[in-house]
Amino acid sequence: MAGALLEVAGLSKRFGGFVALDGIDLAVTQGERVGLIGPNGSGKSTFVNCICGTLTNETGTVRFDGEIVNGLLTHERTRRGMARSFQLPRPFATLTVADNLRVPLLYTVNARPGSALSAAALDERCAELLQLVALTDKATKLPRDLTQVEMRKLELARAMAADPKLLIADESMAGLSQSEVDDIVNLLIRLNERGITIILIEHIMRAVMKFSQRLVVLVSGKKIADGPPAEVIRDPEVERAYLGQ
Amino acid sequence: MRSSAEEGIRRKPGDWGEQVGFSFDLVINALIAGILLGGFYAAVTLGVSISFGILDIVNIAHPAFIILGSYIAYIVNTRLGIDPIVVSVVMLPVFYLLGAGIYQVYYESFEKHGQDALRGLSFFFGLLFVTEVMLILVFGVDYRYVEAPYIGPSWRLGVMDFPLRMLVPCLAALAMFGVLQIILSYTFIGRAISAVAQDQLALRLMGASPTRIKRIAFGISIATTAVAGALLIIIQPVEPSVGREYIGRVFAICVLGGLGSLPGTVIAAMLLGIIESFTATFYGPSWAPAVAFGVLLLTLAFRPAGLLGR
Amino acid sequence: MRTRVFLLVSIAVAAVVFFAARMVNNDYVFFAGYTILQFIVLATAWNILGGYTGYVNFGSAAFFAMGAYSTVFFHKAFPMPIPILILIGGVVSGVVGFGMGYLTLRLRGAFFAIATLALAVVLQTLVVNWDYVGGSRGAYIIRPNDIAWLGPYIQYLFLLMLTLVVVSLTIARWIERSQLGYGFATIRDDELAAEASGVPTLKLKLVATTISGALMGMAGAPFPYYIGYLQPSSAFGLEYAVNSIAMPMIGGTTSWVGPLIGAILLGSLQQIATVTISSAVNLLIVGLLLVAFVIIAPNGIVGLVQGWMRRREK
Repeated sequence: MAGALLEVAGLSKRFGGFVALDGIDLAVTQGERVGLIGPNGSGKSTFVNCICGTLTNETGTVRFDGEIVNGLLTHERTRRGMARSFQLPRPFATLTVADNLRVPLLYTVNARPGSALSAAALDERCAELLQLVALTDKATKLPRDLTQVEMRKLELARAMAADPKLLIADESMAGLSQSEVDDIVNLLIRLNERGITIILIEHIMRAVMKFSQRLVVLVSGKKIADGPPAEVIRDPEVERAYLGQ
Repeated sequence: MRSSAEEGIRRKPGDWGEQVGFSFDLVINALIAGILLGGFYAAVTLGVSISFGILDIVNIAHPAFIILGSYIAYIVNTRLGIDPIVVSVVMLPVFYLLGAGIYQVYYESFEKHGQDALRGLSFFFGLLFVTEVMLILVFGVDYRYVEAPYIGPSWRLGVMDFPLRMLVPCLAALAMFGVLQIILSYTFIGRAISAVAQDQLALRLMGASPTRIKRIAFGISIATTAVAGALLIIIQPVEPSVGREYIGRVFAICVLGGLGSLPGTVIAAMLLGIIESFTATFYGPSWAPAVAFGVLLLTLAFRPAGLLGR
Repeated sequence: MRTRVFLLVSIAVAAVVFFAARMVNNDYVFFAGYTILQFIVLATAWNILGGYTGYVNFGSAAFFAMGAYSTVFFHKAFPMPIPILILIGGVVSGVVGFGMGYLTLRLRGAFFAIATLALAVVLQTLVVNWDYVGGSRGAYIIRPNDIAWLGPYIQYLFLLMLTLVVVSLTIARWIERSQLGYGFATIRDDELAAEASGVPTLKLKLVATTISGALMGMAGAPFPYYIGYLQPSSAFGLEYAVNSIAMPMIGGTTSWVGPLIGAILLGSLQQIATVTISSAVNLLIVGLLLVAFVIIAPNGIVGLVQGWMRRREK
């Protein structure tokens, strides 16, 4: 499909005898806002892990920006423009909040040919990111001093720090208050307006419906729906498998 | 000097039968020695299959407990003349409690806080070291050995030679494997142990505390060292640093056999025993320590999931 | 303080140490001091891989011994001045570190640790069976009594080891403050997240293993001259493995200061214990201290001091 930033074809992943993902196809065009939903254990995080290279899929290809990335290590995919946040935040525990953000700036942004930041520009970018997620006053604290909510925001900010073309946000909003959820959704929409393609994995339907231009539903490792949000949620199979519960 | 194998292979016309028979003898007995040795290696490694394969705890101090078992068998055997294997069976509950206690310390200090692997490894390394040095201080570096009626005689079957001091430990080891396999497959505790590696949440929902299950498993793991230690001192004289030779063997067998699989451990142990036996017979015993570790390095490099890997 | 300044300061401190030792005018100070300096290098080298990156190396003795045995080899084949032997020892051990890392660093940290143990035994077996360097019988290295521009030979060895201390501490400190240091820390903290943030974890781990191995090899290169008679059991001795781990763990693994403190304290303690009690007991003490610190004070002495200072601020 022309113009597709991310093209996943026939992706399958097994853990021993258990089939976690069964032939998933997905095409995401540049600039899209895609929501990915599904019950717990349906394979959403496994899907993300396979796309980003954290796990190796058994079959299927992943094409990013026209290039097959199947054999590439995770950091190479990140450098090509894929970034993800982890469902359970994984901060660097011995680095300060600000330094957590500095890592992707140093190792991804600076590693891209022609985009090296000077030390001053780096600090500026760092401060900008802290402000975006309202963590400026926690810049010198360690992750263990943050609340759960703040850690999720740090997780998202760290993914954003890699200056991605595609950002995959894996359940970044769990535990946030209504207004905080709205803040994050607005933030993501703003990022999208800047040109970043975003895949949002969430359980909070309000956020998903507000954010997504397209909705994909995963159940037991299979994709059962893919289309405009309003249509998808009226799909009887989706209702039965997911929303009806 | 040419090895006997080379002598045997240089056939002269008419002598063919005799020459081949000569080397066949050596090969067959190297094979038997290897299998018997492998059985013993299985006894040494079964505990690590549980602690490393199932519980994911890298207890590199395991050989130290084996040596401890050897020395206890030595003391009781020398003072009271009791058979070392009997001693070890009596010691099973003591070693079990030791293992449970060590797990508790390990859990409180490291696992509970999700500490990085570094501290846990250093902890066990320290234990290994402290145990060895304390044994040196108490017993000195002289080799110790036990006495039993089956140490010395061999059972001959044609050209095949079964030294009883190797056969009895091998049989005891296989018996221990049988018992462990039954425990793991048929008792509630055993199945919980197999499960705890895979699904802690499900275990909790069943009302079993994962920590308690792991403590029991680790206790069993250390209990096996009581028996393994007795078997060791039957097979060879023991001094405190002997344990270190076994670190490589134990983990090589564990990895080769596929982590957590008890049958895999036994097969891998036999395989290693045979390789070592052939190496010692045809290349000399001074190369034996390198065999296990070399196998380990190769396995880690090329097939980390092991032969029967998950 | 910038690295260049640190380097100059440490050279100055080293010079003071050296001339103070000469003033005492007792060769024992140099013999004992050499051992402690050697441990500083080993502990610092170990910490670059273990403390900064989080990958435990149980086979420090192997890298140390390879430095020693490459010296023995060249001493017989093609005699060279010790500084060159030090460089060679560093290259040999660095290459082995790289090779072993390449084979095993793609696996979990636990497997790497076990592989390092395996490596130590394999190499020891190889050396024991290699008659050219003496095999199990050992090799004699006759060291000259004096060296022209300095005096007793041991002072020359002491000076060389002092240089290595300055080099290794400077490298460790430089790494800590550089982008490389960030990378190492992320590997230690969360390797998956590090990869996702663009850190080339395998490459960095190889860098750490190579630098660590090379420094250990350099520490081992002068050893045959120090000890005069080199046996595999002493070169590959377990006390190197334990001390390389215990000293940084007790001193503190997060900074270059930790291994320095750990090596000086533990090294001195062991010298005293060996002389007054016995060498087996001093190893026992090291082992017990390691276990105690790992349980009670996981961040070592540096961690304790930092904690105490933070409490004072409040």
